[in-house]
Amino acid sequence: MIDMSPSVTLVLVVVALVAVGVYLLLERSLSRVLLGVIFLGNGINLLFLVAGGAAGGAPIIGQTEESEMSDPLPQAMVLTAIVITLGMTAFLLAMAYRSWQLNQHDEVQDDLEDRRTARRAAADQAAFEDADADVLSTLAEDAAEVRDETGDAEPAEPAAPAAPAAPASPADQGGRR
Amino acid sequence: MNGLDLSDLTWLVPLPVVLPLFAAGLALALWRNGKAQGVISVVALSLVLLSSVALLVAVDDGPLVLDVGGWAAPVGIDLVADRLSTLMLTVSAAVTLCVLLYSLAQGVEDGDAETPVAIFHPTYLVLTAGVANAFLSGDLFNLYVGFEILLAASYVLITLGGTGERIRAGTIYVVVSLVSSVVFLLAIALTYAATGTVNLAQLAERLPEVDPTVQLVLQVLLLLAFGIKAAIFPLSAWLPDSYPTAPAPVTAVFAGLLTKVGVYAIIRTQTLLFPDGRVDDLLMWAALATMVVGILGAVAQNDIKRLVSFTLVSHIGYMIFGIAMSSEAGLAAAVFYVAHHITVQTALFLVVGLIERRGGSTSLDDLGGLAKIAPVLAVLFFVPAMNLAGIPPLSGFLGKAGLLQAGVAQGTPLAYALVVGAVLTSLLTLYAIVKAWNKAFWQAGPAVPVEARLPRGMIAPTAALVGVGLSLTVLAGPLFSYTERAAATLRDPAQYVNAVLPDGTRGQGKSADVAQDAGAGTDPPEDVSGDVRDDDAREDVRDAPEGGDGG
Repeated sequence: MIDMSPSVTLVLVVVALVAVGVYLLLERSLSRVLLGVIFLGNGINLLFLVAGGAAGGAPIIGQTEESEMSDPLPQAMVLTAIVITLGMTAFLLAMAYRSWQLNQHDEVQDDLEDRRTARRAAADQAAFEDADADVLSTLAEDAAEVRDETGDAEPAEPAAPAAPAAPASPADQGGRR
Repeated sequence: MNGLDLSDLTWLVPLPVVLPLFAAGLALALWRNGKAQGVISVVALSLVLLSSVALLVAVDDGPLVLDVGGWAAPVGIDLVADRLSTLMLTVSAAVTLCVLLYSLAQGVEDGDAETPVAIFHPTYLVLTAGVANAFLSGDLFNLYVGFEILLAASYVLITLGGTGERIRAGTIYVVVSLVSSVVFLLAIALTYAATGTVNLAQLAERLPEVDPTVQLVLQVLLLLAFGIKAAIFPLSAWLPDSYPTAPAPVTAVFAGLLTKVGVYAIIRTQTLLFPDGRVDDLLMWAALATMVVGILGAVAQNDIKRLVSFTLVSHIGYMIFGIAMSSEAGLAAAVFYVAHHITVQTALFLVVGLIERRGGSTSLDDLGGLAKIAPVLAVLFFVPAMNLAGIPPLSGFLGKAGLLQAGVAQGTPLAYALVVGAVLTSLLTLYAIVKAWNKAFWQAGPAVPVEARLPRGMIAPTAALVGVGLSLTVLAGPLFSYTERAAATLRDPAQYVNAVLPDGTRGQGKSADVAQDAGAGTDPPEDVSGDVRDDDAREDVRDAPEGGDGG
């Protein structure tokens, strides 16, 4: 009978990491979402170690007694997951930077076209009426301007949408969730 | 097993995964030479299509199992080709090849101005490798890896060029996909904790012994992860937003394949791991909501790309309906519907790409009179559109008829509600599609740029795909009986388990011979089979270590 009792410390760390990760994931700024993904991913990775049972020696025959080996399979899986998380992190960073380059913010936005559809519905227009007639901006321009949450607490920001703003400054605590 | 025995077609099993990966590396190395990249991609995907067809025929006699690297199944990773997976594989290979040809023609036409050519081909090949890996995987973690391969490639493809709109839509897509990956990983960790294995066949043996509540948690977590990927209703909001912004060939292949990989994973796990169907009612409701909400979304759109994206979401509901019935007839119809839907939806998105090219827009307000200007395009749109709506005698009708029959045979009030919902959705699909047809093709509309000509190279693959869709009608008889056999296999998990673990505990790799010495049986669920060993070390450590809590 293998000792499957998990280490309480590990479980607590998993809980903390996942909680922080979920909280950050619910933010609007992509940089924070990215941090959330990292926390969450690492939390799940630790969960794999919990799943592997109690820790033991290196699972190498001749070096460790069979009864004292730790389970290597979760470690192999975690290693794969870590590599994947690394790649995704790099990609998200690139996306956040590109978004900032284009729009001076890295907010994860709502479906803008959906908003237009909703506006049409509110104005009681049929779906196939010429709805774009009253919309003077393109979706790309909307994307640069629409800031639902990340921009609220920055009154000092100039009115021009092209003004550079820190994507996730510490001051930007207002208007979340 | 060892060595290449050509009468044993097992050597074909890894080709759909390995070939595109090799080709991707080669294409990346030749990044300066766009033509060579194109040739490599076409050759690789053609070979994949050939091997998939060969597998499709071969596995009709029984599943083919490859223990990768000679490591026997529960320890090593195995690739399993059975009827369901090879059917998916064949359809997806045909679709990816058509889309590749389309995008090549588009690249020639545009002088590759829009897409950075160096990235596109390797990424596209990696995507197909990931899809094939997901279809063939006989191991939960390998399934995860397959998902990650195809998702990583799709992240690159959906943000191709890095324009503002693509970054915005891509952000949502990437974040949602990451969440689903994390949920999937969580499910795998818990599964391993509960059973000590991630091999699907061994899981099928061990899960029934696990506490039912734990089983339910695992089942729901897996459903959640795959549900996001398959875009089932409450988890589908990301799709109509993110898909339409990508280049037309990319959208087409995403729409055709990526959601279906999620559907495939649901079919596989629900039938193999959780055959008792405890969440069937939940799935039924989700299917109903997916169908109805999705199609109402489509009716409200005035952009043809978004309209088609919403119909995609809506029609995922049909497949879920088939799965939720947990009957052979339902599953057979669902599998048929998946095959039909992959081809039709991809063809539609390719046609929409052509419409955008010819008409200069995808907004129904700016389109008009295309039937007169471009009759070929009109036919190419009309056929898959009617197929999607389910007009007899096209394959969409046959798939829906199969589902409705299975639903009526089920006979429960919920099943009848689903039948009504399915018919309603079909009618609303027709309504939405006909509106698009009227606006874009039939009515006179704003002037269309005259100089835009449709290159033959783009029309031909589209027409080929429309033809494949039509051939599903002609071949519906054999295909339906094939999916019925596939469904029979799915309803009998023992076949799958026996194929992977012939003696009940071990696969057929080299390491199986090593294990014979000790002959230690597996002892679920305490046994943690994490004994990856060197081939030289001829000791067996399958017996779980005792009391090893040294830290």
